[in-house]
Amino acid sequence: MSLSIIKPGLLDTIQDMGRYGYAAAGVNPGGAADRYAASVANMLVGNETTEAVIEMHFPGPHILFEQNTLISITGGDFFPMLNDEALPMWQPVIVRKNTVLHFPHLSEGTRCYLAIHGGFCLEKWLDSYSTNLKAGVGGFHGRRLEKGDELSFKESMFYFPALMVEGKDFRPLNWRADTHNTYRHRHELFFIEGNEYNLLTDSSARDFGQNNYLVHPSSDRMGYHIKGEPLHLKEKTEPVSSAVSFGTIQLLPEGQLIVLMADHQTTGGYPRIGHVITAHLPKLAQLRPSDCIQFKKISIEKAEELLFARQQELVILQRACHDHLNQLLC
Amino acid sequence: MTQPQPYSIFSLGDAALTIDLGSAITEASNRKVLAMYDWLQQHAFDGLNDIVPAYSSLTVVYDPVAVRRSYHPEATVSAWVKERLEQAYGQSGDGQPENGTVIHIPVCYDPSTGMDLAAIAKQKKKTLEEIIQLHTSVHYRVYMIGFLPGFPYLAEVDPRLATPRKARPVPVPPGSVGIAGPQTGIYTFASPGGWNIIGRTPLKLFDPGSPGVVKLKAGDTVRFYSITLDEFNEREQVGSVVMW
Repeated sequence: MSLSIIKPGLLDTIQDMGRYGYAAAGVNPGGAADRYAASVANMLVGNETTEAVIEMHFPGPHILFEQNTLISITGGDFFPMLNDEALPMWQPVIVRKNTVLHFPHLSEGTRCYLAIHGGFCLEKWLDSYSTNLKAGVGGFHGRRLEKGDELSFKESMFYFPALMVEGKDFRPLNWRADTHNTYRHRHELFFIEGNEYNLLTDSSARDFGQNNYLVHPSSDRMGYHIKGEPLHLKEKTEPVSSAVSFGTIQLLPEGQLIVLMADHQTTGGYPRIGHVITAHLPKLAQLRPSDCIQFKKISIEKAEELLFARQQELVILQRACHDHLNQLLC
Repeated sequence: MTQPQPYSIFSLGDAALTIDLGSAITEASNRKVLAMYDWLQQHAFDGLNDIVPAYSSLTVVYDPVAVRRSYHPEATVSAWVKERLEQAYGQSGDGQPENGTVIHIPVCYDPSTGMDLAAIAKQKKKTLEEIIQLHTSVHYRVYMIGFLPGFPYLAEVDPRLATPRKARPVPVPPGSVGIAGPQTGIYTFASPGGWNIIGRTPLKLFDPGSPGVVKLKAGDTVRFYSITLDEFNEREQVGSVVMW
């Protein structure tokens, strides 16, 4: 069973939850930019969250399903359509053989995820399916998806033939994920202070916590360029190269900011004034150029609380999806 | 009277923690970083995802959910991981002396392979041969691998050769050998780069199929040697991977 790319999108790559354990070799974790959306996409179709998904940017691809397939689409809203009908997002859907998924319109967000029941049949590199574009390894031959690419599924059988409705191209299954907590206050990002935060002048520290910042069009999977009133340090400093994270907020020499994203390098040498909290990385990943954002400092205690609450929601969702699917299969 | 702390520990957000031995680049602190790296690998904890050694710091990347599930820390997971780092510092010893093996790396030092070679020679008021001599006569320690897969940070260059990095990065071809301040390094992939490029190596220092994936690691000792442009072109075509 498989799908094929009839027309490639701007940047479609295979991703999972990242490649860990090789930072000492300079191999960065990468992985899905919005890990929440990628995880939920897998859960909705009954997969482990470690399965590979397709991460898409707008304009999205045209994808042909070679057989009846159980899929889910999560993340940014690119108005997914199957042939000429709108598909629901954040919900498992059975799609009919020989239909084409496409995305005619950008409504919201920046990354959109497609998961299929059973996952894609791909080789791991260093224990992960994620695509390392710089090294040209991992994912689907280490590159973005192109016209004519065919992706096989691990599952070779289709389990839900009785559910398809005659004359209909797709059939949604009757459960969906409630995501309003995750993307609430889209433009407010909580951060934990970085090691060089205390070097900010008093007025810059104040500005950082209350000014508006603009996401610049040059932003990509490596980092967001953020424009605003320049921030200043009390003394010039160039920290010796050391590890950075997804969400690290770096202060550049001219006073502008970069927020590191999923494809960030393993190490960096710019002052780190903050780190966006893990629970807000999904919001961060869905920001668009010209979005106006604010940063707000919180404690590690609060950051962990939010993360554990999020995790609780996901555990409940995964169990529910698992139970629903099992019922269908019986 | 309290002793000044030999280290500081700070978080990189809620899923990573760094122990920092200070801003000086010294062999002793780098050896200590590698000792802590080895110790943490041998005493790994549930939820430990990665360990990132750098010049004089070590960072652990962890999954707070997994740590909490296994160890039920009383306060924050961050505080619990901090204790593990303190343990790593206390129990890891001073680190290993280098084993004496030197890795020799061929470099073609030519204006066509080193875009900044002529400018540096002019600025330092030296001939190309003198620049080459200065670069090839030092045993460099590999302090860390970072920035790109396999990119080695080597130090220290001869002070007469040290040059601050460029104001703006430019596209740099793979194998380029550069200088930034007291550091020298090798771009393992084509990349935007701000280091001053003085030559190029035909060696592939990153091999996705090999067990270690990268040829150099922190703690290795490196020396460069000069090859001609013809030799460079020949070896570049063959795609030679050095056999140590």
